[in-house]
Amino acid sequence: MSLLSPADQDKLRESFDEMTGPVRILFFTQTLDCEPCLQARQILDELPPLSDKISIEEVNFILEKEKAAQYGIDRVPALALLGQDANGQPRDTRIRFLGSPSGYEFVSLVQAVLLVGGHDSQLTPDNRALIAAVTTPTTIQVFSTPT
Amino acid sequence: MAFANEHITAYAVEATEFPDLARKYRITGVPKTVVNDQIEILGGIPQDEFVRQALATS
Repeated sequence: MSLLSPADQDKLRESFDEMTGPVRILFFTQTLDCEPCLQARQILDELPPLSDKISIEEVNFILEKEKAAQYGIDRVPALALLGQDANGQPRDTRIRFLGSPSGYEFVSLVQAVLLVGGHDSQLTPDNRALIAAVTTPTTIQVFSTPT
Repeated sequence: MAFANEHITAYAVEATEFPDLARKYRITGVPKTVVNDQIEILGGIPQDEFVRQALATS
């Protein structure tokens, strides 16, 4: 049974239809001792049926430590969003989610997927310029709660 | 912002699932944004202000 109402599914399907590029979600997870991992899996499973541009790739956090390190993931559940560059190659967006993407985080995830899939970022030209000028490694963490 | 610049990485963190992070960054209200473990931005603020504050030391 879906976690989303039929009306919400329709709305999401409509939004995702406007995507121009594929989005791959790397889902870092483990099977033991991780209740939120199960919840995250259930939530993520809602997305691919709504768009053929969205795919989920599960990564075993315990067995694939190297991959986790490569994507800066030190805990689970976690997501890394991958898009596509101009040559059709996978491109890491450096957008990450730590924790189960439920409640408000689900809204953020949908927005991030749309952005990576080709939606406009809504950044003003001035802010785009400020962001483009950054040349040092910068890590932004946004903390939120499900409600 | 991460999508726009390869030097920027962005994490959306579910605070209740990771009490260690919530303690470390003294999360008493959400949303709270922490940049490079230095800059703290409380609440949701307008885009212009957010970008300026977040990149103040970058």
